[in-house]
Amino acid sequence: MVERSADGVLTMTAARNPDGDRSGRARLAILSLCVVLAVTVLFSLASGASDASAVAVLRDWLFQSGLQADALSARDRIIVYDIRLPRVVLGVLIGAALAVSGAVMQGLFRNPLADPGIVGVSSGASLGAVAIIVLGGTALAPFTAALGIYALPLAAFGGGLAVTLLLYRVSTRRGQTSIATMLLAGIALGAMAMAFTGMLIFIADDRQLRDLTFWSLGSLAGATWGKIAAAGPIIAAALAAAPFLARGLNALALGEAAASHLGVPVQRFKYAAIVAVSASVGASVAMSGGIGFVGIVVPHLLRLVIGPDNRYLLPASALLGASLLLLADAVSRTIVAPAELPIGIVTAAVGAPFFLWILLRKRGLIDL
Amino acid sequence: MIEARDVSVSIGGRTIIRNVDFDVRPGELAAIVGPNGSGKTTFLKALAGDLAHDGSIRLNGRDISRMRPWEAAALRAVLPQQTALSFPFTVREIVKLGLLGGRSGALAGEAERLPERALARVDLDGFAGRFYQELSGGEQQRVQLARVLCQVWAPVLEAAPRYLFLDEPVSSLDIKHQLIIMNIARDFARRGGGVIAILHDLNLTAMYADRVHVIHRGQLAAAGSPQEVLSDDLIARVFECKLKVGVLPAGNVPFVLPQSAGM
Repeated sequence: MVERSADGVLTMTAARNPDGDRSGRARLAILSLCVVLAVTVLFSLASGASDASAVAVLRDWLFQSGLQADALSARDRIIVYDIRLPRVVLGVLIGAALAVSGAVMQGLFRNPLADPGIVGVSSGASLGAVAIIVLGGTALAPFTAALGIYALPLAAFGGGLAVTLLLYRVSTRRGQTSIATMLLAGIALGAMAMAFTGMLIFIADDRQLRDLTFWSLGSLAGATWGKIAAAGPIIAAALAAAPFLARGLNALALGEAAASHLGVPVQRFKYAAIVAVSASVGASVAMSGGIGFVGIVVPHLLRLVIGPDNRYLLPASALLGASLLLLADAVSRTIVAPAELPIGIVTAAVGAPFFLWILLRKRGLIDL
Repeated sequence: MIEARDVSVSIGGRTIIRNVDFDVRPGELAAIVGPNGSGKTTFLKALAGDLAHDGSIRLNGRDISRMRPWEAAALRAVLPQQTALSFPFTVREIVKLGLLGGRSGALAGEAERLPERALARVDLDGFAGRFYQELSGGEQQRVQLARVLCQVWAPVLEAAPRYLFLDEPVSSLDIKHQLIIMNIARDFARRGGGVIAILHDLNLTAMYADRVHVIHRGQLAAAGSPQEVLSDDLIARVFECKLKVGVLPAGNVPFVLPQSAGM
């Protein structure tokens, strides 16, 4: 009976779309989300302990030729461009990466509950990153020496990739993914990754421990242009690949056999999607720790408005994910000011109840 | 033309299909009949390229195991028995997936309205805005057929005949829609395409099929025109039922045959 209320929502949406074509509405939503993101970025650049106003930031930005160079003081300019801007850029990249990888995983597993944080992919990525933080100077020194700043994101990518591949192997049989198996296998794989992470933390020294604690809760603090240079290209590449996955993910909604009959090279496609998800999750985790639930909340909200067509869902998820993460960051910076709450706590506090709400609504559909 | 030679399929060490020869010419509606579990769907999956097989299967002269998915998709569309979705797609969005490969063969002006036209053909006019998950089983089956029709809208494209593979296309339909769907299939064949349909209704089979292939315990028990194949002996042997072909029920027991439609 709980499902009836969900149907009620669906029927309402359909009534406004008698011809079943939601592409016009989806384009409008994407356009609006662009505006929302622009406003959020400006707001984030202007908010904080210093009183540089949004208007001043915008004027400084528009008239950089020097005509109006007095819009921001030199001190404010350093705060805006060297402290806030990298944080905003990192927030945009990670918010977009998490939301898109959630949407891609949900399409791949044909299941609205798949999320990198819930099914252990983030734990695998954490294991890779922690291994570099703890062992980077000793056992893994050759690896870190060879890869430089890319060692951390690449190790996280490797950890995430290993978990995703294992998860796919375990939970998919003959093209059908069992939702229950996927969630349970995700818990098991996540626990395994956390056990190894725990061992590494056990042998970590004091300085490493402080790094790890802060990082494992998830935070955008400590964003630098250096971090962005390390993780940005990986995330940008994964996001750039997403539009090429959209049509295949749509076809996959019919099942693997039907997608193949429509002409999708299913095996190759699945591995491409898994690599893209692992890369963006790995790079995000390496830069900002485990920020959960963005990947499940954002695509789900958007599906209610624009429908599940991935050609629109993926770009809209990137935009909304970026905006929401910036907002969450603003909350985390101000709610206990002058101290700062790790952003992972904010997203989990909002996202976990949301996840439960989806579970309740979909109870009829999920065979647990 | 579809030519299957000496095809065998094994799943998990068990041989499901053994040494089947099977031809479908363009212009022909080929029915596959047989008892439950005889291997009909497995054989169709092999023809569709889903399952590894021994022997050879050629589609318009090309070995299907050497074809890319998108090359095969341009030559044949496959209607599965059932399709469940986990996301709220509208009917139009599902039907439009048939246009994914861009080889529908519709004229330039037709392509944009093709989902609506395909829906009208399967008697689902006005259903485009409905949610797939809200429809009945029979309606969902017709939505999937509309999608499949979009994929190979033109039965012949660039002089190459194309094919519909239908796995029990009328299994959950009422009699009116059974006739509509079978007429679509026959029309597709008349216009130069080929159709393979797994059917359970022997009367519909006799009415529509140009050739009937009987699969029994994984082997081809008989193949030929309905007149040649549908005999008392064969039905008794394959379906293990003592039925008589062409015998009217005694007394005044009513019986309704699809053949009487429009008489």
